[in-house]
Amino acid sequence: MSAGLLQVEQLERTFGGLRAVDGASFAVRPGEVHGLIGPNGAGKTTVINLVSGLLAPTGGEIVLEGRPIHGLPPHDIAGRGVARTFQNIRLFPELTARDNVLVGQHRRRRPSLAARMLLLRSAREEERQAGERAAALLTQVGLSERVAERARNLSYGEQRRVEIARALASEPRLLLLDEPTAGMNPVEVQAVAALIRQVASGGRSVLLVEHNVRLVMDVCHRITVLNFGRVIAEGTPAEVSRDPAVIAAYLGNPK
Amino acid sequence: MEWLQETYATYQSTLAYIGLNGLLALSVYTTLSCGQLALGNAGFAAIGAYAATLLTMKAGAPFGLSLLLGALLPALVAVPLGLPVFRIRGVFLAIATIGFGEVVRIGLVNWEYVNGAQGIVAIPQKASVGLVWICLAGALFVLSRIRGSKWGFALEAIREDEPAARTMGIHTARYKLAMLVLGAALAGLAGGLEAHFTFMVAPNGFSFGRVVDMLVFAVVGGAGAFYGPAIGAAFLTLLPEVLREVSPHLGIEPGPLRMLVNGLVLLAVILFLPQGLVSLPAWWRERLASRRSA
Amino acid sequence: MQQAVNGLFLGSIYALFALGYTLVFGVLDILNLAHAAVFMLASFVALFLVGRSGLHILVAFPLAVLFAGLLGVVLERVAFRPLRARADSNISGLISSIAMATVFEALALWIWGPNVSRFPFGTIPERQFQVAGAVISRLQLTIVAVAVAIFLLLTWLVTRTRLGREVRAVAESPRAARILGVDVDRVIAWSFFISSALGGAAGVLFGLAFNAIQPDMGRGVELKGLAVIILGGMGSMPGAVVAGFALGLTEVFVVAHLGASWRDAISFAGLFLILVLRPRGLFGAAALREA
Repeated sequence: MSAGLLQVEQLERTFGGLRAVDGASFAVRPGEVHGLIGPNGAGKTTVINLVSGLLAPTGGEIVLEGRPIHGLPPHDIAGRGVARTFQNIRLFPELTARDNVLVGQHRRRRPSLAARMLLLRSAREEERQAGERAAALLTQVGLSERVAERARNLSYGEQRRVEIARALASEPRLLLLDEPTAGMNPVEVQAVAALIRQVASGGRSVLLVEHNVRLVMDVCHRITVLNFGRVIAEGTPAEVSRDPAVIAAYLGNPK
Repeated sequence: MEWLQETYATYQSTLAYIGLNGLLALSVYTTLSCGQLALGNAGFAAIGAYAATLLTMKAGAPFGLSLLLGALLPALVAVPLGLPVFRIRGVFLAIATIGFGEVVRIGLVNWEYVNGAQGIVAIPQKASVGLVWICLAGALFVLSRIRGSKWGFALEAIREDEPAARTMGIHTARYKLAMLVLGAALAGLAGGLEAHFTFMVAPNGFSFGRVVDMLVFAVVGGAGAFYGPAIGAAFLTLLPEVLREVSPHLGIEPGPLRMLVNGLVLLAVILFLPQGLVSLPAWWRERLASRRSA
Repeated sequence: MQQAVNGLFLGSIYALFALGYTLVFGVLDILNLAHAAVFMLASFVALFLVGRSGLHILVAFPLAVLFAGLLGVVLERVAFRPLRARADSNISGLISSIAMATVFEALALWIWGPNVSRFPFGTIPERQFQVAGAVISRLQLTIVAVAVAIFLLLTWLVTRTRLGREVRAVAESPRAARILGVDVDRVIAWSFFISSALGGAAGVLFGLAFNAIQPDMGRGVELKGLAVIILGGMGSMPGAVVAGFALGLTEVFVVAHLGASWRDAISFAGLFLILVLRPRGLFGAAALREA
């Protein structure tokens, strides 16, 4: 258990009087797809926002590879190998799919500005490589045809896939996916499932927030179930699906 | 050839101002390109103009050095100005920089060493139209190289969605500060050039109205492309020449008419053509295409 | 004592002006940089009504305030409403309000010229009182009284009326307010009306107080207004009043003890200090809101 890539201990976040996350603890192991599920309002997205640094916790600890990251600004956390997607897609709408992915490569690209000013070939070479990586990632998510399209002109499912490609572009050790298949058709969902497995088989960890229970049962190695900001169950998909507390939480609050 | 020389003599100042205004417009564009509105560039230009002037006149520095230091000094000043402001929300930058510009102007009015509100006159004319245009070309080159680089993508990301950009590992405050500093340097350069072209500087040349002009140039030309502000500056510097001819027929003085037209053009562009004049061709193509398909 | 009187008098004008500023910011989260132009135009309109039409100032004042309010509604319709749906509405709203300010100032320049205009002699009969060793003119007394009356009216409006409750609801969350059945567009239009009426009232009082009206008179006040709303906390109405009086008093004391040229430096020094030390201002809470 202590071999966690990400260790969340007694995490707490309040908004005014509301306890969105209330002492949640769980760990994500290296190379693991870890599901984070629970009824609406259970605090799943808040956990993602806390881990990625968009929100600061009001209590508890978040430890990445043995080093505390809670309270760090988001760009520092990203710099330590955490990338994410957003529940309410947040691509850069006026940029093309390719340029969105190029932005995602930010922390692993060499600075080329000085070389560009001097019109050096090394700069052009670096850009060519970055562009190729972006194209390759878009191909990986099945969007090789849509590379030059502005993000705002893409369909919902396409936008979600660009977001995943953009997150992968930083070559993260931990990928946070916040409802990556919301609004997708079954074919697209299957493609995303395959993609998640592929990411994990490359040694990366995935923390997956998802409403699609079939997908979660399908791709996750282990699952943490949240309700009212607390962990009510944890284990393999089979264990969790038999857990009476989980069944009660879902039946008590269907959907 | 003679008419060419004559025309040049007549329009020399207009030509120089196309370049100077282009530089000033670009100085506002730098921050706009990452979605920030800084309104203190008249203050930066004033610092550059006064610094360069004093270096030339009091210290006898070579013109090139005066210009260089006139661009560096405002850039240095921009750092402590931007550092606290960029940690908080965007609107505070506009407020703090408006305040800053006014502080500079009031400070100069009260500074007797530089003749207060009278300003400094009889500055040696060392800047030529050619030099102004070379500086503008240099600024355009630098900005064109930023575009498309890792740096340039970071700026676009910040403009489009700053929190999302931060989760990509972009240290947004640092980029915003860098663009404020670059804008300050461009404004300072323009200030130094202007002082050495018109032989005079005075605090009232750097009022808030001047910032509004710069903003109008940048937005009307189009802040979505690095060359847009320069085009906007050219267009709106030539426009008063036309207006001067028309104003007697309209029964309105050229001064207010220029202001009125500036205001109306800015409003029209921000409402109907948010990407500015440079997006006109694309806008037209799209319209043609949609008509054809209809 | 004399200085305290003068400071209160100046402060009441700053507070009125800043109240309007901060009201729109609180409701819309947008800075209306045309506020100072409304301030200036209202002053000119009052002057026109008194000077040309020969109206009594007690009639001209409410008319000019009404005019300013309507100008605010126009401003909202032309410069803010069309941009509200845009992602960058913060910046484009700032820019369009600058455009409107430029248009207003150009119109004033066109109609009244760049020189200082003055109210005719005896618009407010001159009389002076001695109170506790300070000389107070009837003009000053009237201005402070009018300002206090407006503060009370506004407090009543915001805390006791249905419109006031709706304004506060929209300020809290436009989306929630809409779900609760509030006509958000109407509330925003009213906020602009009230805000600009306040700015206009400040403009007329300022014009009377210093008897010097010119197209660029809004510039100096605009910057002070910004300092006041930052000091008071963006969007906080009590903050604007307290900070307005604080600035007025400080300026008067500084002029008396350090000299007039330092007066304008105060508001900016205060502005920067607050931005560095306490960006939410004295009364503000939400200045550091994350996106």
